[in-house]
Amino acid sequence: MTTKKFMIVNRKAPYGTVYALESLEVVLIGAAFEQDVSLAFMDDGVYQLKKGHQTKGIGMKAFEKTYGALEDYDVTKLYVDQESMAARGLTPEDLCVPVEMMPRADLGKLMEDQDVVLSF
Amino acid sequence: MLHIVNKSPLERPSLDTVLQAGADGAILLIEDGVYAATRGNAVEDRLKKAMGTLKVYALGPDLDARGVADRLTEGVTVVGYDGFVDLVAEYKTNQSWL
Repeated sequence: MTTKKFMIVNRKAPYGTVYALESLEVVLIGAAFEQDVSLAFMDDGVYQLKKGHQTKGIGMKAFEKTYGALEDYDVTKLYVDQESMAARGLTPEDLCVPVEMMPRADLGKLMEDQDVVLSF
Repeated sequence: MLHIVNKSPLERPSLDTVLQAGADGAILLIEDGVYAATRGNAVEDRLKKAMGTLKVYALGPDLDARGVADRLTEGVTVVGYDGFVDLVAEYKTNQSWL
């Protein structure tokens, strides 16, 4: 099977819409087909990785743990947009998984480098 | 009146519109709107300035779900679903900025 470079671009906060959860489904499918999958988090998408989700009160399933399990699927390339983090008062220590934080311009170049870019 | 905002302030202009339009009364932040009530968010200063004339509330279960209950902006009052109902009953009119 041909391996392609897939980048999943996440730009929505979790729980308010279903995008974040659907994105994870696609990431896991890509990994199952042994594709070269990376994830980018920009704008409100960086909130997906904020640690400490307690969703009992809103009656929804917390999917924070799935990000921690991505490593088991050999999905280890998680990039966060530095400018988006700064606008939300977040630092990498606030996130539930290790990430590579980079300036937006560098993230744009990484995006150029992909075979497939999927937007959520 | 009561203004209910459910969108992130960095994704939609709803909150800014309320801050410009809402002379007095209260804002209740719910769902993704609660991010506006977190320290370090780009709208923090604007929200604080509005607190002189507007009361600001945020829904606790939505803060908890998003892992941001521990970074609440000073001056914001956290309410539960029962508090949500009380607020709607307290104000004569309310507007949901969907």
